[in-house]
Amino acid sequence: MITRRTAIAAGLAAPFVARSQAQAQAVSRAETLLLVQEYGPNSLDMQGIGSSQPVNGVALNCYDRLLRFKPVPIPGGGGNTVSMGELEGELAESWQVASDGMSCTFKLRDATFHSGRKVTAADVKWSLDRACTIGGFATTQMNAGSLEKPEQFVVVDEKTLRVDFIRKDKMTLPNLAVTIPFVFDSELAIKNGGGDPHAKEWLKNNIAGSGAYRVESWKPGVETIYVRNDDWKCGKLPQLRRIIARDIASPATRRALMERGDADVSYGLPPKDFKDLLDAGKVNVVGVPIPNGVWGCYLNTQVGPFKDVRLRQAVAWVMPYEKILQASLFGRGVSMAGGKDPKVAWPQPFPYTSDVAKAKALVDAAGGPFTTTLYFDAGNATVAEPMAVLIKEALAAIGITVEINKVPGANFRTEIAKKTNPMVLNRFAGWLDYPDYYLFWTMHGNNSIFNIAAYQNPALDKLVDAARFAPDKASYDANVIDFIKLVNNEVPMVPINQPTHDVALQKAIGGYQFQPCREPDFRYLTKG
Amino acid sequence: MLRMIGQRLMTTIPSVIGVIIVTFLLTRVLPGDTAAYFAGPAASPQAIIEIRSKLGLDQPLPVQFVSYVAALVKGDLGTSLTTGQAVTKDLAARLPASAELTLAGLILAMAVALPLGVLAAVKQGSWIDHLCRIVATAGVSLPVFFTGLLLVYVFYFILGWSPAPLGRLDVFASEPPRITGLFLVDTLLARDFETFRGALAQLILPAVTLAIFSLAPITRMTRASMLAVLGADFVRTARASGLTDGKVIGTYAFRNAMLPVVTTLGMVFSFLLGANVLVEKVFAWPGVGSYAVEALIASDYAPIQGFVLTMAILYVALNLMIDVLYGVIDPRVRLEG
Amino acid sequence: MNDMAKVEPVPARAIPAEPVPALRFEAPPSTSLWAHARHIVAENPVTGLAFGLFALILLAAIFGPSIVPYDPLASNTNAALQTPSRAHWFGTDQLGRDIFSRVVAATRLDFSIAIFSVALVFLMGGLAGVMAGFYGGWIDKVVGRVADTIMAFPLFVLAMGIVAALGNSVGNIVLATAIINFPLYARVARAEANVRRDAGFVQAARLSGNSDWRLLLTQIVPNIMPIMAVQMSLTMGYAILNAAGLSFIGLGVRPPTPEWGIMVAEGASFIVSGEWWIAFFPGLALMIAVFCFNLLGDGVRDLVDPQRRN
Repeated sequence: MITRRTAIAAGLAAPFVARSQAQAQAVSRAETLLLVQEYGPNSLDMQGIGSSQPVNGVALNCYDRLLRFKPVPIPGGGGNTVSMGELEGELAESWQVASDGMSCTFKLRDATFHSGRKVTAADVKWSLDRACTIGGFATTQMNAGSLEKPEQFVVVDEKTLRVDFIRKDKMTLPNLAVTIPFVFDSELAIKNGGGDPHAKEWLKNNIAGSGAYRVESWKPGVETIYVRNDDWKCGKLPQLRRIIARDIASPATRRALMERGDADVSYGLPPKDFKDLLDAGKVNVVGVPIPNGVWGCYLNTQVGPFKDVRLRQAVAWVMPYEKILQASLFGRGVSMAGGKDPKVAWPQPFPYTSDVAKAKALVDAAGGPFTTTLYFDAGNATVAEPMAVLIKEALAAIGITVEINKVPGANFRTEIAKKTNPMVLNRFAGWLDYPDYYLFWTMHGNNSIFNIAAYQNPALDKLVDAARFAPDKASYDANVIDFIKLVNNEVPMVPINQPTHDVALQKAIGGYQFQPCREPDFRYLTKG
Repeated sequence: MLRMIGQRLMTTIPSVIGVIIVTFLLTRVLPGDTAAYFAGPAASPQAIIEIRSKLGLDQPLPVQFVSYVAALVKGDLGTSLTTGQAVTKDLAARLPASAELTLAGLILAMAVALPLGVLAAVKQGSWIDHLCRIVATAGVSLPVFFTGLLLVYVFYFILGWSPAPLGRLDVFASEPPRITGLFLVDTLLARDFETFRGALAQLILPAVTLAIFSLAPITRMTRASMLAVLGADFVRTARASGLTDGKVIGTYAFRNAMLPVVTTLGMVFSFLLGANVLVEKVFAWPGVGSYAVEALIASDYAPIQGFVLTMAILYVALNLMIDVLYGVIDPRVRLEG
Repeated sequence: MNDMAKVEPVPARAIPAEPVPALRFEAPPSTSLWAHARHIVAENPVTGLAFGLFALILLAAIFGPSIVPYDPLASNTNAALQTPSRAHWFGTDQLGRDIFSRVVAATRLDFSIAIFSVALVFLMGGLAGVMAGFYGGWIDKVVGRVADTIMAFPLFVLAMGIVAALGNSVGNIVLATAIINFPLYARVARAEANVRRDAGFVQAARLSGNSDWRLLLTQIVPNIMPIMAVQMSLTMGYAILNAAGLSFIGLGVRPPTPEWGIMVAEGASFIVSGEWWIAFFPGLALMIAVFCFNLLGDGVRDLVDPQRRN
């Protein structure tokens, strides 16, 4: 049988021969990867203000960092995930933490930028300074690992850089491996920056890095084409020479492209499609439970009915965990119901199961019935809407009437920043996989935007802070167990499930690598 | 003639000003805080305030309006947050895609609708008439996104006749050198028939989707116009003087009936250009419509303002052109100013 | 830009409206209207079909929610995504809700959206148009400019903007649909009122000492009703399509309320995976309703168009 794909390949061969002058066409399809994604980058500079999620992929593939997370096999097979605790050098050939534990010295590899210039410690310092001072998300992320001031980055010599710690923070080194602290060709950036010390405008539209790929063409909203940097020094030379990342908004179209074999890789399909693709077996689906990620129902602890802890517990008791997992996630996740003993892990099941009688008793004790509103981000509607409908139905049974409010993506952040919404469905996933990191963002008294429940409890803050900067593992574990027990009882957020991060790949594609930023890492992928 | 056009232009100014004001106000009351969006997740309130003042969003509305208009006069439509590019650049890059799709849809619709309309008029009251009416009405009764999805499912997914709905060209083909921006024209000019075929294959399904939707207005217009003309004295005279039916209908009636149809076409075109928003979304067509939807969902002011303004100006220009043409074709029609 | 004085064909927006010929008859006696209606239906079976469908929709809107076999909101995750069967005529959706029940129950909401948006635009556009046509002068200018400004917008995007700005509730969808249809109604009403301003029967009423308002209400408005009725049935279909389009991009009514557009939008992502019935049946209902309103418009036109009376 002549498949559609071979027919296309045959049809395509002719024009390529005819137009061999077009350089880009010279790369054969076997060395080219076609990725289809919902939307592409809105900038090429992940440190810049307002960069969208896919820009992480640009940072990952086109730039290098000092460190990277070590790949470890996914337990279920299909590729690699990362091990948070284990790091390997990317631009750093070696690194050494000082004996007092208050600084770390990095030795750089002999790497070159795409421009041909050698990567020096000055470039690293310029880039880390930039991340700490540019403001917005980049600076916040740097601060999360206690990287706060330019003075912390010291050039020792051309190939050596020292990072001074302002406190002992187990997240400092892992935080150098996330996508933010990547290294620019500082001379090139400054030269083209037009007087802006951060060269924001120029770097937004141009790559000045040393990474495994260069951006050959970028049409925002349409496609991004990457070509391999054959001089990449920071790892094994990638097999794929060219990557075409097309923006296809419709998930149905993306699924069809995968099923028909026209696209090689697709991220971000609805769970139903991943399940079907997996069942059909024509393409590979690799799933990783999102580290540090959980769908939760946030219950406002400051305003509205859920000020009363009994009602929060009632919601936890009546949450249709299993139904949601099947009908909304199609099994692509892990239920968070019925946890036994608190562990040092996040997320983990809370000790609640679906128990209507218990829930109803709590509502009655709190003086029910009540009426409330449940909010979720319309951008997540595929998963969140069925979830919301099931929650509405379940809560109706215990005397809580819920109205559903689907908030358009752009408003969602404004809406949760108000901290007045009684019930919000949201998925939060921290890049750094530590329980204290998650709680620091979502339940700590610093009241970050993700503390949607507006939870304020000095006792919790104390435990979380103690865990963040714990001097040893024993005290860390003790603090974590204590704060887990506390939130198990207080439930400012009812954890519903830990979703799976799925990727569909044609059978010929290998080398899948999961990254905490959840963007494709082309450097490890293979074809054929 | 020039004076007439000038006068006519003058009368369009108030509605363009109206469009500018309404769009400005509408985009400002859109919920969603641009500054918060810009600041990214985990931004401190302080950071949001800084960005707000950087974007000038802390100024009172009239001040913002003045600076918006001042920039507009210089041809600056602002920068899109979602694509990170200047709106003028984005629109210029995307407008040809929408224009090509709309034109193709319109031509396709005309190819079907004109004969249908004429047939319906000639056989008025017969089953052919009813059938034409049902077909055309059924077409306009389908939501375009539904038609589009159905076509993709049947012709791409099940039958495999159509190429993957990946936009204007197959991923492995390269764009022709840009002359008009319409791929079908540019590839022909470059004598690149392979790419022409590719571009055409990509265009068919979305164009058919649009055509199905625009079938009804054109069929109805043609039918009504034909009926009016067929009842006119000169047609009766022509018939009475022994001309064949074919000659009467083809030459006399059809030509005269086309005038009002042409007027409608201009409006159908501008309507489709704005309305193919949903078709573009289904077919990943990199046009202005999908651009505007994405921007609206993201509360991204500048592209919406730019899109609406461009559409308004196009609409005004098209109508002006048609009026002038109309005046040229039919001297009895004089423009009132 | 287009001076309202120029009688031009009603712009073909989504509503396929051909220029409606000016009426040359006034206040037809009702008995002959009924006879005429029977004649129209007899002569034009398609119109008969439309009236039949309309009756069906009306019945579903009134009694639908009380006669459906299942609770349209009740989920049953054990019976999710079932193909159409004897138990579930139209199959079930992702949450195991019965699609037949949801489609029928949705009729009332969709019908209401159509009715209310048309009633609203009739009040706004009709009144503005009549005033403009009757008084002329600055009122005419203002109404004309407002209509022109709205016309110059890409209408669907304007509707999106209004709903996005005011929030996605049924009320705002109705309002947005009414606003984008405003120019159509204003123009038709204006042209009609303008023609009749100096008609003999109006002059006669004026001479017998009636005030302007009385003239408007007793002479002008009743006489433009037939032609407005044509407009209204044509716009009703568009109102439903418009709401469906808004739903598709996520600006529709709130879940879990059943509404055809949102059901099609939700089901759209299931088409490729083979669960065609989720989008198909609401889509069919949507199409039938719009189809019916459009044909009805033609039927009403035939009914009131004296050129077809014989």
